[in-house]
Amino acid sequence: MSGDVKTDSRLEKILRSGQFAVTGECGPPRGADPDVIREKCKLLKGKADAFNITDNQTSVVRMSSIASSVVMMQEGMEPVMQMVCRDRNRIAIQSDILGGAALGIKNMLCLSGDHQKFGDHPQAKNVFDLDSMQLLQTVRRMRDDGKFLSGEDIKKPPKLFVGAAENPFADPFEIRVPRLAKKVKAGAEFIQTQCIFNMKKFREWMKGVVDRGLHEKVFILGGVTPFKSFGMARYMAKNVPGMDVPDELLARMKDTPKEKQAEEGIKIAVEIIQELREIKGIAGVHIMAIEWEEKVGEIAEKAGLLPRPSV
Amino acid sequence: MVVGERKPFEEILKTLEGHKKILALGCGGCVTVCLTGGDEAVRVLSSQLRMSREKEGKPLEIIEKTIERQCDPEYVEQIHDVVPDVEAVLSLACGAGVQYVAERYAKTPVYPALDTTFVGGSVKEGYYVERCQTCGQCKLAYTGGICPIARCSKSLLNGPCGGSTGGKCEISPEVDCAWQLIVDRLKNLGQMDRYEELADIADWSKNRDGGPRKMIREDFQR
Repeated sequence: MSGDVKTDSRLEKILRSGQFAVTGECGPPRGADPDVIREKCKLLKGKADAFNITDNQTSVVRMSSIASSVVMMQEGMEPVMQMVCRDRNRIAIQSDILGGAALGIKNMLCLSGDHQKFGDHPQAKNVFDLDSMQLLQTVRRMRDDGKFLSGEDIKKPPKLFVGAAENPFADPFEIRVPRLAKKVKAGAEFIQTQCIFNMKKFREWMKGVVDRGLHEKVFILGGVTPFKSFGMARYMAKNVPGMDVPDELLARMKDTPKEKQAEEGIKIAVEIIQELREIKGIAGVHIMAIEWEEKVGEIAEKAGLLPRPSV
Repeated sequence: MVVGERKPFEEILKTLEGHKKILALGCGGCVTVCLTGGDEAVRVLSSQLRMSREKEGKPLEIIEKTIERQCDPEYVEQIHDVVPDVEAVLSLACGAGVQYVAERYAKTPVYPALDTTFVGGSVKEGYYVERCQTCGQCKLAYTGGICPIARCSKSLLNGPCGGSTGGKCEISPEVDCAWQLIVDRLKNLGQMDRYEELADIADWSKNRDGGPRKMIREDFQR
């Protein structure tokens, strides 16, 4: 897996060189002001190797992932363009892949997308022409074979480093390793996991991953999200589908005085990163500090992940 | 069967504004089975409409009739003696039935009394659930006889999304996760190896996306 670098992605180079990678996340604004992204970029620059730009996450309309990725690149940072299958058919998907690559985007994350029921337009028609695995197949076929899904040649294939997400905590648990195997078969080169809080369950999943040798076929970045408060921890535990927050972590946040909860949340995140670094098969971490971008640097620093390597 | 649900009463009233005499036409097919379009449904809706219009001081005369099936021109002929006497037809059929009646009578407005909701079946009397999306390319052989297109909220063909929790879909605790059902069934059938096969990218041209569809039995065309 270390082997040949296939794109100009900095994230790919770091992962293939065997260095522990760090990715972050940046949510685009609900408006047309690029300065909102620039402000977030100032907080995030140098704190991770690449940054996911979400694609209308939770089905709430925001500035497009492609446009926001371009703004980020203007700030000298490397975006990971997220793309969901909810809003585009295969024609729009392939078109956006070409457009993103033409604008200089080097990484792409393939997702199904949250159901529109959660967002601000629950009356919308969803697409799901392809699913996330088929999206992976599509972009790999475009890049490696230089072909559209139709079979026709692409004049200049898009050079994107291709990733996907996996949630080790969703049900049915027994297909979560086979599901990763499917994503690898479909062409995922890196995986960012759902936020990890239940370390016991995560270790169990990783054992299954390593037993099947999947860690040698795909770079796995463990997802880490700091709690801002007990309220947020409780919300994530109770209201976010597929999220697994153990009671002892909830109790730990609850028992912390309100003014110290943010600090405790960061401490927990740093502990999780340190545990992840010891797990066989983990190639990096994906820090998702939701609307709390200023803390990514602090978490990375405390976890001993700074400075980031230059490649 | 095709399941239809009665439209809100106010909406039906509104479509009938200005008419003084109508035919309320039931369908003896699927919607009779799901209790929204048969004889009884025609009787109940007609008396509600009469009462409501009476109260408004704009009485509505309604002829009640139910035919075997509205989606068959032969049966639609059975209303031929009634239609000239009415200003409009209120059809208690699925969308197909409404259109067959409309196609037959160029100068008589035909209004739907139902919202056609899905192709499905009954759980028990008065309780119906969706089972088929009529995608035109049945995949049930690969998914343990449970349809991910109709029953997964995202129509995912390669397994559950990250929102499947305790057997339920992320959109609601009332909705079963289709992929949990599929995985449970594949396990029971000893076919779990099928789960790891990547599903082919669907050909939606066989779905409605390819334009209105037809099914022709050549041996019957003479």
